[in-house]
Amino acid sequence: MKLYFKKELILAILIMLGSAFFSQNKLSAQNDKTLLGAGSTFIYPLFSKLFSEYNKKTGVEVNYQSIGSGGGILQLTNKTVDFGASDGPLNGEQATKMGVPALHIPMASGAVVITYNLPGGSSNINLTPDIIADIYLGKIKQWNDPRIVGINKGVNVPAFPILVVHRAEASGTTNIFTNYLSKVSPEWMSKVGTASAVNWPVGLGGKGNESVAGLVKQTPGAVGYVELIYALQNKMEYAKVKNKKGKFILPSLASVTAAGNITLPADSKIFLTDTDAADGYPICGFTWALIYQEQNYGGRSLDRATKLLNLLWWNIHEGQQFTTPLNYAPLSKQALQVAERILKSATYSGKPILK
Amino acid sequence: MTSIAGTKREKNSSGQIRAEALFKRTLVLIGCAMVVLVLGILLTLVIESIPSLKSLGLKYLWGKTWDPVNNVYGAFPFLLGTLLTSFLALIISIPFSFAIAIYLGEYQPKGWLSNFLKNTVELIAAVPSVIYGFWGLIVLVPMVRTLEIKLGVLPYGIGIFTSALILTIMIIPYSASLGREMIRLVPSQLKEAAYSLGATRYEVIRSVVLPFTKSGLFAGILLSLGRALGETMAVTMVIGNTSLIPTSIFAPGNTMASVIANEFTEADHTVYLSALIELGLVLFLVTVVINMVGKRIIKRFTNE
Repeated sequence: MKLYFKKELILAILIMLGSAFFSQNKLSAQNDKTLLGAGSTFIYPLFSKLFSEYNKKTGVEVNYQSIGSGGGILQLTNKTVDFGASDGPLNGEQATKMGVPALHIPMASGAVVITYNLPGGSSNINLTPDIIADIYLGKIKQWNDPRIVGINKGVNVPAFPILVVHRAEASGTTNIFTNYLSKVSPEWMSKVGTASAVNWPVGLGGKGNESVAGLVKQTPGAVGYVELIYALQNKMEYAKVKNKKGKFILPSLASVTAAGNITLPADSKIFLTDTDAADGYPICGFTWALIYQEQNYGGRSLDRATKLLNLLWWNIHEGQQFTTPLNYAPLSKQALQVAERILKSATYSGKPILK
Repeated sequence: MTSIAGTKREKNSSGQIRAEALFKRTLVLIGCAMVVLVLGILLTLVIESIPSLKSLGLKYLWGKTWDPVNNVYGAFPFLLGTLLTSFLALIISIPFSFAIAIYLGEYQPKGWLSNFLKNTVELIAAVPSVIYGFWGLIVLVPMVRTLEIKLGVLPYGIGIFTSALILTIMIIPYSASLGREMIRLVPSQLKEAAYSLGATRYEVIRSVVLPFTKSGLFAGILLSLGRALGETMAVTMVIGNTSLIPTSIFAPGNTMASVIANEFTEADHTVYLSALIELGLVLFLVTVVINMVGKRIIKRFTNE
């Protein structure tokens, strides 16, 4: 019996170790007709529409897993996918881990809206950046705060405590929102900062857009933030927000596209929040596709690299017609130009792939 | 055993003996695989926690801030949240599960009513936890909010108390089913002897059935506690997910399991990811410690 046990134990350990070695997935072994992508859940509905249209047109299949931006970046780093998709640019550590330059190609933009539940049902109230920051810092605790009443003349703002709701899980939405707050409030920047999950000074966390929306709808006096798409589809109340140029802007696909119509850096790695554009809604951001600049790695063929580049090129041109029906904001003219230039900088063995 | 069975088999075929041995070895192999699996999980958790252990040390356990931006991680609020929700749920569940166990085990062991009740209780255990989460969010939260308004506390609706209520419902079947089985195992001679001495039904339960089954009842409670400690989805949806330390049982909080589930996918730097895995390690150890303490208590009870 003793002997049996030993033998079997060793065998079991060997099997488990063995299976660990074989779990590595190699891109080179993949079928060249199927491109692999992973990342942002926000862009998933748009991507699945785009990829199915592209498949009808060209026969190229794309397998996209919506596992979250962080996961997409990790998979690209491990070279198990052809492209990642992320709602935020690579941070320093992620870029270091990748080792080689990665390109950020904007695909579409999205926005974060401030939704609320005011007893009395006032729609599209006005909010300023400092009010939003102070609500989320826990400094404004009542709806009838003089600062809120002051910019909402003629609106019935009741004396009601504010219940702050935020996302519980790490998300690109939170990343854009906290990035905005950090830009408009030095206090937020020093106390909390920007990340996909932060140490919230006040409030409740809801898991996912649906949970935040549910809590806000249920609780009188609640305020929360959700993706524009989600608010549009669910007909929720959301606020106009004062932008940098001093205009109160209602979030809409047009005002989100407008936010991206500014001079962008050559690598497009910028948060669109607090935009300079006069008609732009201030809390929005790009979703990027991420690829390696040098496409000849891990035994990938030129054919595969060309297919990938053609797909992304199609996404930012013909593909843009599918954005608005799905409530995504199409790329602005400026963004499109930058994206084209970035795609053209991709190489295979040092030679440009797109001409 | 070998002499009688052995000679018989030798007559049949030696293949049968080999099959017999193979069967036994398969059983041992599968058993061993479980041991390796648990040790492997523990090992993975420890190895992956090293970056966080290095940068935060033991402060991690009682640190009160969880700040992914500045890479400061303290597990205390979540440890507290996990223990608070689980034990609160346990306390609320005991009267219910004992009542069901005693009724089904002693008063109504047979018949359609008993079957119906038993199946319903078992069904509670089979419902996926996300459904409890949704139900909690839509039905229970407004009810708790009404209660909170009456009590004069901040009407969040979600929080430690709501989570404990959801957990209570989810864990009742475990202790109730085990308790029922235990009560039915009480030898009828013991009960009949008590009846013949003139004891009433209540007295029989109090002084014969319960003392005889206490270790089994306790094991059921322990089993349900394990379930409560690890429950993720339903709790996440109604606990409020804040890393502030809960000030009362009506305040929002967070548990270790739900923090891991919420933040794991997007943990974008090494220490952050490692801190989440260390949270898993703490949860693992808490479960082990509670199980060991529980076993000790069971042993004490039975040795008396």
